[in-house]
Amino acid sequence: MLASQPASSAALAQSSGLKRTPLYALNVARGGKMVPFAGYEMPVQFPPGVLKEHLHTRASAGLFDVSHMGQIALRPKSGKVEDAARALERLVPQDILSIAPNRQRYALFTNAEGGVLDDLMVANFGDHLFLVVNAACKEADEAHLRRELADACIVENLSGRALIALQGPKAEAVLSKLSPGVAGMAFMDCGPRQVMGIDCFVSRSGYTGEDGFEISVPAERVEALAAALLDDPAVMPIGLGARDSLRLEAGLCLYGHDIDTETTPVEANLNWSIQKSRRSGGARAGGFPGADVILAQLTGGASRKRVGLKAEGRAPVRENAPLFGSAEGGEPVGLVTSGGFGPSVNGPVAMGYVPASHAADATQLFAEIRGQRLPVRVTPLPFSPHSYKR
Amino acid sequence: MTVLYTADHEWLRIEGDVATVGVTDYAQTQLGDVVFVDLPKVGRVVKKAEAIAVVESVKAASDVYAPIGGEIVETNEALGGDPSLVNSDPAGGAWFFKIRIADKSELDGLMDEAAYKAHAG
Repeated sequence: MLASQPASSAALAQSSGLKRTPLYALNVARGGKMVPFAGYEMPVQFPPGVLKEHLHTRASAGLFDVSHMGQIALRPKSGKVEDAARALERLVPQDILSIAPNRQRYALFTNAEGGVLDDLMVANFGDHLFLVVNAACKEADEAHLRRELADACIVENLSGRALIALQGPKAEAVLSKLSPGVAGMAFMDCGPRQVMGIDCFVSRSGYTGEDGFEISVPAERVEALAAALLDDPAVMPIGLGARDSLRLEAGLCLYGHDIDTETTPVEANLNWSIQKSRRSGGARAGGFPGADVILAQLTGGASRKRVGLKAEGRAPVRENAPLFGSAEGGEPVGLVTSGGFGPSVNGPVAMGYVPASHAADATQLFAEIRGQRLPVRVTPLPFSPHSYKR
Repeated sequence: MTVLYTADHEWLRIEGDVATVGVTDYAQTQLGDVVFVDLPKVGRVVKKAEAIAVVESVKAASDVYAPIGGEIVETNEALGGDPSLVNSDPAGGAWFFKIRIADKSELDGLMDEAAYKAHAG
């Protein structure tokens, strides 16, 4: 019944040239089931399994190894951080100039057609910008930055740094023991901080919908820090499986699935991420790739939209399931881009693209699974409420 | 009563001309937390190796294949109410379906417990 199991992870890495994060040994020692992901051997789950890891993160605290993600410093040649911010605004529709020191903001690299090349976090560290990008896109993003911003910025790949995330309602109490003062941070605050005496960059953010922190650590120190965090009885190591179910319940996009070069920010329902200053009539309107398409959609709407979908039965509705407007006949009107079982919702949850005419809350649609059309309903996102510390 | 196993990690308990089929403990460990099981309809006539049931974990959907040909004579309705039985009692309460064996010679290719243990490692 099972698809053939992968060969041992050592054989896997040797044969396919997969990379390992600085926490590889710790992940294996903790019983992580290692799988290939974005060119890395990553733990998809630990012995408790996806369901328990997911619920533990929502109830207590989970530790995630996200060292496969790209960390980039964008340094202004002029020495003035606003020059790096103005330069980066040529590549993203977000207001970068107004990010205050020690604050960060969600952003999108767009292409000339208005599609999304990657989504990222941009932090203002006072004298430079600090970017976190997706693992699968990091080489392309770095090349894009070097090519487009060479006049104004020095692009520094911070490949010597690991990245971990501590997420959940007990994250603050746990991290406070190793880094007094983090309790004073609000959602999206960030900056250099000592954690267990190690020079880290800490931000109060994450990808689970929970309160929590993301911590950039020098690679050679991350194992000691992760081990110390895991020594806390409130903390459990969490794999990619629960990371995916947590972000899906939180209604957050996964690049390459819910957003890609074929989807615009407006179609993806990410309008909130585009500040007024970059929209038509704003102080720095347009001036990013695909601005003509994106600004027109911000004003006039897009013909399709990313929505949340809840199945009415128990069968999970998964990625690539076609969506129909009726129980029988007709052509598909849309497609599921992420879907699965939501452990906190205790039922199937999904996201997908549907025509604007079918995007209103509570619209009845049908997802085709194994030849059967199962009823689903358009549902407001997130499925599981966010608990950020504002 | 004989218990046989497939290379795909299913077990068959043979009683007369009916086989009760489920998945092994090894399989449930690999699947992880089971959240949904889709079973075939009673009366359906299936061929050996046909995908006839689906077991879904949080992570993924996996097909369950007919280990032998025959007619589905009963399915386990308890799995609809509590799919996690597959994790807690894979060899007992979480049987999937009963199949009336069409051709007993199809049992010849299956493994006994010792052979299966060697296979699953």
